[in-house]
Amino acid sequence: MPMSTLTAHRKSPHQIRLTRRLASLGGWGLSGLCLAALSVLMVWILAVVFVRGVGALKLSVLTTITQGTGGGLLNAIEGTLVLSVGALLLAVPFGVAAGIYSAEYRFSRWAVTIRFLADVLVGVPSIVVGYFGYVGMVEWLGWSFSVAAGSIALAIISLPYICRTTELALRQVSNDLRDAAYSLGADDRRVILGVCLPAALPSILTGILLALAVSVGETAPLLYTAGWSNYLWDGHLTHSPIGYLTYAIWNFINEPFAAANALAYAAALLVTGFVLIINITARFVLDRRARRR
Amino acid sequence: MRAMKFRAWLALVAGILPATLAAIVLFLALYSWPAMHFNGLGFVVRDTWNLGNLYADPIMRHGMQVQPGATYGILFLIVGTLASTLIALAIALPMGIGAAIFLAEAVPAQLRLWISFLVELLMAIPSVVFGLWGYVVVIPFLGHHFYPLLARTLGKAIPFLGAPSGSGYGLLTAGIVLSLMIVPIIAATLRDALVSQPASLREAALGLGATRFEALWKVMLPGTRKTLIGATFLALGRALGETMAVLMVSGNALNYLPHRIYDPVSTMAAFIVSQLDSALQDPTGLAVRSLAEIAFVLAIISIIVNALARLLLLVWNNSQRSVMV
Repeated sequence: MPMSTLTAHRKSPHQIRLTRRLASLGGWGLSGLCLAALSVLMVWILAVVFVRGVGALKLSVLTTITQGTGGGLLNAIEGTLVLSVGALLLAVPFGVAAGIYSAEYRFSRWAVTIRFLADVLVGVPSIVVGYFGYVGMVEWLGWSFSVAAGSIALAIISLPYICRTTELALRQVSNDLRDAAYSLGADDRRVILGVCLPAALPSILTGILLALAVSVGETAPLLYTAGWSNYLWDGHLTHSPIGYLTYAIWNFINEPFAAANALAYAAALLVTGFVLIINITARFVLDRRARRR
Repeated sequence: MRAMKFRAWLALVAGILPATLAAIVLFLALYSWPAMHFNGLGFVVRDTWNLGNLYADPIMRHGMQVQPGATYGILFLIVGTLASTLIALAIALPMGIGAAIFLAEAVPAQLRLWISFLVELLMAIPSVVFGLWGYVVVIPFLGHHFYPLLARTLGKAIPFLGAPSGSGYGLLTAGIVLSLMIVPIIAATLRDALVSQPASLREAALGLGATRFEALWKVMLPGTRKTLIGATFLALGRALGETMAVLMVSGNALNYLPHRIYDPVSTMAAFIVSQLDSALQDPTGLAVRSLAEIAFVLAIISIIVNALARLLLLVWNNSQRSVMV
């Protein structure tokens, strides 16, 4: 009898294989379910934005300015472009310079510091940057809600993105290219600006485009720096608030009027569409071209 | 000589990046200094945010002009932030791990590029669009269908999940929407780590008689543990500081600690947005400075969390690719 109780607990090799196989099958099933759920949610979000957005997007939305809680979004479209392009103009020179330094002198202590702090700055919540913009520029410098304050806040957000993508782009450039240039007697400046930068340019431009997409989608840094305006931009850099699309999404979806909600959906479609187009272009056109070089 | 000059210039221009970070921290600290002095350490343990009587004349307290009855405490914000972040992580971690496993091992290489792109696209969707989706789709669905069901079933056993199940705005909704925003960080980072694991590991495990899933689960996945921890910290940092989506779905509670998972909450980041307008009514300016103190605390927390995450990822696997979040 003791013999049989012992063997009773033991499973035959065949049984072990079966339970393990079932467990493995269950594991694949669960993980597949996770991925499927994620994809479905992604498509769901896009579908909501596109279906409701297309229903709300009329030509007049693109050509007229906001009136109260109705009208159009021309002011917001213009404002988003002005703020994002302004942010790029400010962030690109510094971001690219920081990226070049941390790639080309990558073992120096300063480069390691910059690289690390760029990663930390990416993680600083955008509302913190926005509030910094409010107390620093709107209040302390007395610019009030303005294009300058909004653009600088957005530039702070995009600075680390541009730095890191520039750095990664330059790292893809083969060292043979650098060696060849140095052996021809070129100095650092010629090697970096004349040889490495042109070779990495497509990837750097891709990174700048992605930074533009981030700027267009930001809300929190602008709420208390750019303010909001129903009118087109008057050309002043300070002391005049400006509208932007993400504010329209946030503010108009909370209004109890159908016209206001329609504006929010239209704005969401414009912002999401723009972000999608940039990401798809970056991934499937520029990235591939950059890799072919 | 000229080369050194070029490098020095470049180093100087590049210095704007560290300078910006330092400026943010220093300026917020300086600006909120009077508030820190007035609020003391009680700031983080009191759960009342009260501007005081705004119609009365300011009185002197601690050598400062304040409105009578003004107290500033953010315990309810800290609880809301931590609770929503924890819920988000509890959902996002298993989901991200599952998605990464399936993407790295089960999806055919041709299809992988497309599905990876779809998952990573979630990272590119603006926060306010998540908020919009949460507001118009998720809240009605959860509030009318899922939460009552949850309260009727699991809620019977666990009081924290019990009725009343609320309107749909609240802690659990914020956690769910947040989890969706951080899943791609975990999934993308872990997938890269899995793909770059040496093939010999899998071959050895298969050779010992493991099934393909066992090789993955017991051999390959433990090898990526460190990457996973780093990615989790990154996701944590993102969830702690997320503003717009939380603002639109959390119910923006004031001075209220959640008793049930459906209760409205507010987070530090969302609170700054929702309260600035009323803080501006305080003639002494102390409310605006106290909000700056929240921003300062949030900045310090996110810097610590992100620095830890990057250090872990940097030291442990020296990866070239960094996921931008």
